[in-house]
Amino acid sequence: MTMHEPSLPKEWELVVGLEVHVELATKTKLFCGCENKFSHIPNTLICPTCVGLPGSLPVMNEKAVEFAMRLGRALGCEIHPSVMARKNYFYPDMAKDFQTTQYDQPTNADGQLALADGTVVGIERAHIEEDAGKTTHVGGGGRINDATYSLVDYNRAGVPLVEIVSRPDIRTVEHAKAYVSELRDILLAIEVSDAKMEEGSMRVDANVSVRPTGSDELRTRCELKNINSVRSLGRAIEYEARRHVDLYTNGEAPRQETRHWDEEGGRSTAGRSKEDADDYRYFQEPDLVPLAPTSEQIAEIDASMPVLPAARRARLGERSSVADEVIVTVVERGQDGLALGAIEAGADADKVLTRIQNDLAVDDWSAVTSESLAMLIQMETGGELTATQAKQVLGEMAAGEHGGDPKAIAAAHGFEAMESDELETLVDQLIVDHPDEWSRFVGGDDGDRKKMQGFFTGQIMKATKGQADGRAVAQLLGQKSAG
Amino acid sequence: MSALDLASAVRSGERSAVDVIDEHLARIEARDSEINAFNLVTADAAREAAAAVDAAVAAGKDPGPLAGVPIAIKDNMCTTGVATTCSSKILEGWEPPYDATVVQRVAAAGAVMVGKTNLDEFAMGSSTENSAFGPTKNPLDTSRVPGGSSGGSAAAVAADFASLSLGSDTGGSIRQPAAFCGLVGMKPTYGAVSRYGLIAFGSSLDQIGPFSKTVAESAALLEAIGGHDPLDSTSIDQPAFDLTSVLDRGVEGMRIGILRELSGGEGGVEGVSADVIARTNEAAAALEKAGAIVVEVSVPSATLGLSAYYLVAPAEASSNLSRFDGVRYGLRVDASTTGEMMTATRTAGFGPEVKRRIMLGTYALSAGYYDAFYGKALKVRTMMLQEFASVYAEVDLLLTPTAPTTAFQLGDRTANPMTMYVNDVCTIPSNLIGHPAISVPFGVGDDGLPVGVQLLGPALSEPTIYQAATALEAAASGEGSLS
Ligand SMILES: [Zn+2]
Repeated sequence: MTMHEPSLPKEWELVVGLEVHVELATKTKLFCGCENKFSHIPNTLICPTCVGLPGSLPVMNEKAVEFAMRLGRALGCEIHPSVMARKNYFYPDMAKDFQTTQYDQPTNADGQLALADGTVVGIERAHIEEDAGKTTHVGGGGRINDATYSLVDYNRAGVPLVEIVSRPDIRTVEHAKAYVSELRDILLAIEVSDAKMEEGSMRVDANVSVRPTGSDELRTRCELKNINSVRSLGRAIEYEARRHVDLYTNGEAPRQETRHWDEEGGRSTAGRSKEDADDYRYFQEPDLVPLAPTSEQIAEIDASMPVLPAARRARLGERSSVADEVIVTVVERGQDGLALGAIEAGADADKVLTRIQNDLAVDDWSAVTSESLAMLIQMETGGELTATQAKQVLGEMAAGEHGGDPKAIAAAHGFEAMESDELETLVDQLIVDHPDEWSRFVGGDDGDRKKMQGFFTGQIMKATKGQADGRAVAQLLGQKSAG
Repeated sequence: MSALDLASAVRSGERSAVDVIDEHLARIEARDSEINAFNLVTADAAREAAAAVDAAVAAGKDPGPLAGVPIAIKDNMCTTGVATTCSSKILEGWEPPYDATVVQRVAAAGAVMVGKTNLDEFAMGSSTENSAFGPTKNPLDTSRVPGGSSGGSAAAVAADFASLSLGSDTGGSIRQPAAFCGLVGMKPTYGAVSRYGLIAFGSSLDQIGPFSKTVAESAALLEAIGGHDPLDSTSIDQPAFDLTSVLDRGVEGMRIGILRELSGGEGGVEGVSADVIARTNEAAAALEKAGAIVVEVSVPSATLGLSAYYLVAPAEASSNLSRFDGVRYGLRVDASTTGEMMTATRTAGFGPEVKRRIMLGTYALSAGYYDAFYGKALKVRTMMLQEFASVYAEVDLLLTPTAPTTAFQLGDRTANPMTMYVNDVCTIPSNLIGHPAISVPFGVGDDGLPVGVQLLGPALSEPTIYQAATALEAAASGEGSLS
């Protein structure tokens, strides 16, 4: 038995669409003045409106609409005049027993999301809606129908959400994961959400089906809920797709239903079937007026849009020849501006990017500037610093030592490149001091030569306290043995 | 003594507000056991508020334009710490933690609330017989209904329990009881008065408005409660009306249309009784005599109003009343699961008419039926808006009867809901299109009971409506021997 589930048999193709709920980071809730934040004390961030008291009315949070439109534009959506609608269903944490959402006239429609590898996933819509409260079922099986009692916390009720619905364009688990990462990067870049899956400010449901490879049909899909991380998303989709393939292989078929992902058990379990789902009786919310953004508002949003991760990656890609993963990491960490500055200042692009990727994986690197980084890389390429030294200096630059000045840090450690004639004198002396080892280096087999190269390099490093450039030593030893 | 005379006496210190309130409380004490206008009399709070008015007068502060005026509030408007029931068992024990905007505004104007008045449960009815607290009787003839759903507010003013009262009008619930009780009742333009704190029946139709004995008092109360409220998104962004200064401008040259379809004309609605038609024609003649130009006009879609209304109002109600589920407030009937608790609570808490309308509305919004019912009703609204708009290009105001008959006997129409629903046939169009309309007493019917005639105008035509209503009022009192 292998730890890793094999991927789908090649005769089957995966079809995935994702529905992502994102909490908007507005100061207040969607329809009232209550603070939009987390509180451990239940029902402390509530008012008549978000608890749905009789007679209360919603007032639209304009900031939330602006954030939603910002997200829409970042996803290349058209912004439409839109209306809010009521989705009617009874549930204790839905205070009004209807959710105020958007139905047939969403704010954002028809966009796309380009993944790092160039794959484009269509976005059907990104609509505004309110979050529900949280119900804790106590006793019984911990579910609503067998609990001894249930407790409801309405702190989260009325928190603004955008639900981003992708088209079923995703064909691999990797793409599903990349879609979520990319979306998170965009949300962070445009500053509308903190997009933390573990904390629930970004929640991903996956619609999964399979079909014979080469076909373009859409078969029965299942909606997977309770996915709490990108890793878990991958596992859930993989499990579900295999379940479908197994069913079809046995001459059966999956039924359309919502399924609950059990991360610990590594499996999905059946929820409610779509056939006996509620009729939500959508209709236009009469307590709110239609949203009619002006072209000026949209132009303003477009003008204030930061450069998005895809464009930022392209910018680095044009200037370097490192592997894609390096660029993805640097952009994800938001270090691309730093890198770009250092490259513009004349430092070698590939060296800049790999140095950042490898040695600047810290939370706070604000002490490192494009100029100081460029200087460091130039010291390294100019032979003033060895790779090991450069790594150490960068670490101290990030920690703000010596004002983050690489020259000062290097000087404090006595890192100075040795002049090559100085190094040659040292090598000559060692050859004289160790004739046996030298003859084994010159005349021995490959194993001996390798071992002795290690010996001489070690001796030189010891004598120079590690300041010698390893490559220069190897080069000198080669020259001496040949000559 | 009119509310305005009372207020000026209190403001000048000639009369004490406490005395005024005590006088009214004594009348309530003496006769409300018979009339049942009030669900709750707030005697102590009223005396306290009156004392505060007197203190303000003594201190030389402005106690407001309605200083010391006793006012009754329909029991579907929220009052802080004072039970608000909608005349339903389901809100048993609930005390709102906040005031409706209109409640705040009448208090700010110096008016003193004496109690909460009876209504058809959740404002669903035309006779105030659908109340969990028993029917209200018409003070002019206690064998008859006061009309509904704001029957308690109408009866309170007719019986001199209060000088003024507030009702809500979804399909005629202010105007029809005003007609039945010989009062002036006004439904303002949708959005002219805040709905914040009004427990919703049909959100796109509901408007709060005044009851009074005279047009001038009605104008003063509407001035006090109107104007923009940021807590109601459908509230029109404009200052309160100036009505009292235009009342005496007369109707010289004003164009008044007799709306054929609602006034017993050919092709119009059936069931409008001959005496009511006669009074309406006399009202038209009186306006003409006062200088108005009277013409007959036609709005064919006006006859479709009743059917459209009985889809739109129940549909919105079915959603608005979902929140009464036993989870957060009011009645809770325990059961073994949350779902069963909700069902048991709603079964025990709602009366038959409310259940009927929830079922009607649920059906009208259901998947597969939406287009045939709710969708079609919305089209009727649009059509009516267009037809009324074109008729208002020809005339300034329209004249119709308010209700097809005078006040009917208690119990007369409870057996067949349809006979009750047709009561609203003349009042409903204004709600469907959001226009203002007023009912003014004009003579009596064959049974000696008051007849009301209705003036309708386009959106925000309140000043014109009050001008014409003043002329009608003058004509009615000048020709007191009419019929
Ligand atoms: Zn709130």
